[in-house]
Amino acid sequence: MPEPVIIVGAAMGGLRTAESLRRAGYTGQLQLIGDEVHAPYNRPPLSKDVLSAGVSHEAVAFPSRAETADVEWMLGHSVTRANLNHRTVHTADGSEHAYRALVVATGLRPRRLDAEPGSNTHAVRSLDDAMALRDELVPAARVVVVGSGFLGCELAATATKLGCVVTVVTPSLEPMIRPLGEVLARQLRGRLEAEGVTFVLGATVAMVDGGVSVGEGTVIPADVIIEAIGSDCNSHWLAESGLDLSDGVLADNALRAVAVDGTTRDDVYVVGDIARFPNPMFDAVPRRVEHWNIPTDTGKRAGAVLAAYLAGDVESAAATPFAPMPSFWSNQFDIKLQAYGLPGLGDEARILEGDLHAEVAMGYFRDDRLVGVVGVGLKAALLPYRQRIAEFAAAQP
Amino acid sequence: MIKIDVDMFQCQHYGQCVFEAPNIFHLNDDDKLEYLAEADDSERLNVEAAVDVCPMQAIRIVE
Repeated sequence: MPEPVIIVGAAMGGLRTAESLRRAGYTGQLQLIGDEVHAPYNRPPLSKDVLSAGVSHEAVAFPSRAETADVEWMLGHSVTRANLNHRTVHTADGSEHAYRALVVATGLRPRRLDAEPGSNTHAVRSLDDAMALRDELVPAARVVVVGSGFLGCELAATATKLGCVVTVVTPSLEPMIRPLGEVLARQLRGRLEAEGVTFVLGATVAMVDGGVSVGEGTVIPADVIIEAIGSDCNSHWLAESGLDLSDGVLADNALRAVAVDGTTRDDVYVVGDIARFPNPMFDAVPRRVEHWNIPTDTGKRAGAVLAAYLAGDVESAAATPFAPMPSFWSNQFDIKLQAYGLPGLGDEARILEGDLHAEVAMGYFRDDRLVGVVGVGLKAALLPYRQRIAEFAAAQP
Repeated sequence: MIKIDVDMFQCQHYGQCVFEAPNIFHLNDDDKLEYLAEADDSERLNVEAAVDVCPMQAIRIVE
């Protein structure tokens, strides 16, 4: 019997890859190895409902489907290294697992600051992280959120709604400024401040005894410190693989892993947040995209190409261009943000329609082409702009 | 036939499903989701794709 396909990383990207493999006709053995003990679940509620409504794994777990009923799950096992020449991966318990094809879906881990001994610091990536934080967010608790990206702002909003006294400290000049641009970011900061969140911008952040130092001798006292300063890729187990790990794991448009010498491997695929791949919707530059839709879109793509490889015809599947539409959304108090494309690629932001102080669609242009749109409040009105972003892609050579 | 259920308490009317299964899901002029509760089996793959892309995970196929 041939060796199994092994998917390392048992979260959304790994699950979608497994489903896609089965749909595309692969009937052989399939193993998913993941370091979390939980079956795949949806992470966005972790910064919202899981903290505020106290929901459990059951409420956020993805439904299991008939086509993946015979998948072998190895949950609670971390993979420590891989040998791509021997086609093996090794788990922390010392065992070796041979594979026929490998899928890299190990995602990200939160970047952490050096904590003071005894300080109450948290990061939110996993369900267990959110469960551990939940009990700390009690009324009047002094919460400092370090970092002002979407996750930091969502956590600040949720903690404020739970009655905590929340300060966001950040080296940035505005929250969420990198994707949203200064104009919209400043406007949204005003709305968050009106809801009771305090911002310390342009701060030189350091952990100190009893709180967070923001520079010039100022310390914000904290009962709870939440770090939301971005993520690092879980690619350490591939350190000896010869793959290009300069930012995540490099892949071609078919999501086949690319080595440092530029060769692609038909038997190794990369999906999810860790995949750095070119998207012809924008250009030929490989990028990692940490948006929620990416694990699903890349999982489906990798599963389809890998199934074709296992059936002996990888090139025809790989030749079909893969141009997923990045999309994300964020809820903070009554603010409902939704975005399409890659706003952060734009060199200019313009209001497409609406009113900056109410509901608005902000367009992000690169060389006068629409590459991203962010809506505040608006939904159906965004769909024509989404179409414009996709059409631009279709016009690319 | 397949039966489709959307938890309208969860649904935030983002409209991601509209792209995956345009014959089933629709955002009306008030930005509210409207959908068909029953569809032909030929729509199953589209509806499953809509289930996958729903940010609120509010859609399910009733088996």
